[in-house]
Amino acid sequence: MLHIPCPWCGARDQQEFSYGGEAHIARPENPAGASDEAWADYLFMRANTKGVFLERWRHVHGCGRWFNAVRDTVSHAILAVYAMGERPPAELDTGSKRVSG
Amino acid sequence: MKRYSIFSLARNALSRHEDWPAAWRSPEPKTAYDAIIVGGGGHGLATAYYLAKEHGLKNIAVLEKGWLGGGNTGRNTTIVRSNYLWDESAAIYEHALKLWEGLSQELNYNTMFSQRGVMNLAHNLHDLRELNRRVNAIRLNGIDSEILTPRQVKEFCPIVDISPDLRFPVMGASLQRRGGNARHDAVAWGYARAADARGVDIIQTCEVTGILREGDRVIGVETTRGTIRAPKIGVVVAGHASVLAAMAGLRLPIQSHPLQALVSEPIKPVIDTVVMSNAVHGYVSQSDKGELVIGAGIDAYHSYAQRGSLDIIEENVKAICELFPIFRRLRLMRHWAGIVDTSPDASPIIGKTPVRGLYLNCGWGTGGFKATPGSGHVFAHTIARDEPHPIAAPFALDRFATGALIDEHGAAAVAH
Repeated sequence: MLHIPCPWCGARDQQEFSYGGEAHIARPENPAGASDEAWADYLFMRANTKGVFLERWRHVHGCGRWFNAVRDTVSHAILAVYAMGERPPAELDTGSKRVSG
Repeated sequence: MKRYSIFSLARNALSRHEDWPAAWRSPEPKTAYDAIIVGGGGHGLATAYYLAKEHGLKNIAVLEKGWLGGGNTGRNTTIVRSNYLWDESAAIYEHALKLWEGLSQELNYNTMFSQRGVMNLAHNLHDLRELNRRVNAIRLNGIDSEILTPRQVKEFCPIVDISPDLRFPVMGASLQRRGGNARHDAVAWGYARAADARGVDIIQTCEVTGILREGDRVIGVETTRGTIRAPKIGVVVAGHASVLAAMAGLRLPIQSHPLQALVSEPIKPVIDTVVMSNAVHGYVSQSDKGELVIGAGIDAYHSYAQRGSLDIIEENVKAICELFPIFRRLRLMRHWAGIVDTSPDASPIIGKTPVRGLYLNCGWGTGGFKATPGSGHVFAHTIARDEPHPIAAPFALDRFATGALIDEHGAAAVAH
């Protein structure tokens, strides 16, 4: 069971949260002009990183707010949490190419 | 290969079973092969076997980072069925089921395939309508499947509680009588032994750490046991498809999650079929050792850790105990997780890649075991001829750009 530090409510059991997958995936800026491949990349292709991973959680049974987390997908250690729209602490920023959100 | 038979059993009894030959060799890797299969699970070993047997390739290696069948082949709940909704899925899972039906004879290895039936329960009207729709579609594809009333469910599996006052009452079920179980390890071992007999080098504790490219084609792999060259490389891994693909510069529509399962202490035979319920996230059968083999749903978060969170087990056990009150006093003996590579449409990815000579067979998500023989068979064809087998063709990677998805969330869900 993960123990997740919600930035607003503090550490709570994972059961209070829902998972939002990979963070910082930006919608194509010109949706009507995006190619099928660009749509496939946005909708389906994922980093699925083994190791330090930037991801989203929602404290659905608490404050209801979304936030980002840096978590190691091998050790499950949560290394940092940060607000939507922000970048992770520089030393943990694994450099997602699609910056926004 | 020394054939197993009643006579060899008797002969070896005379020598106290101390002279059985090893079932496969453990050769040192050569510096080059005609084809390399990455992944020594059931799918990879089956691929190597069919490459050697049906396509005449002589110089094949299977590279396995751990031990044979130590990944998801040894971690699943051993259920075999072909009751999928769409024609593309029906074709590949039924192809596999037909191969399962002759597999022990073909491999001269007892895979303990037992067609004890697989029953999928419905707990509300929507479930029931979905099951009816799926059963009709399955029958149109010429695959056995039928709908049972709650009374018939009780007759088929007397320990299921069908009382109407349950939180999730049993309102009916679908039944595929040709479905059932197989011994998961035996499938890996049987394919390994048969592939080895046809000259395939099976190399364990050999982890692929890089994929070597020259221009737009593969030329080999870097491994923990040195560089091995080959013009054709088939990646058949579960739990690390994205990691391997990234070595060749590819991104996949794959997300890796833990999928947990557990067994009870062994008891006398109490359930002679497989019962699954998508709605309450539980499925159960009984192994020949007597343990109840119970599967849960996936953990929501991504992981490569081969362990999940306990709340999944708790929910799972609650659901199973409500359906089967007789199980309530049993002890849980052990539980574990495998890492499943899920795809957006709950269907696998099989075929060529933008890198010439590199072939993918991955993304089987929560339910690849049942497809093992069929998956290996069509993937071998795809590698040998450099064109997808007709059954594999719809499962190509480019379907995520074309939109021709094969949405099997209904038939797959978590319940495998």
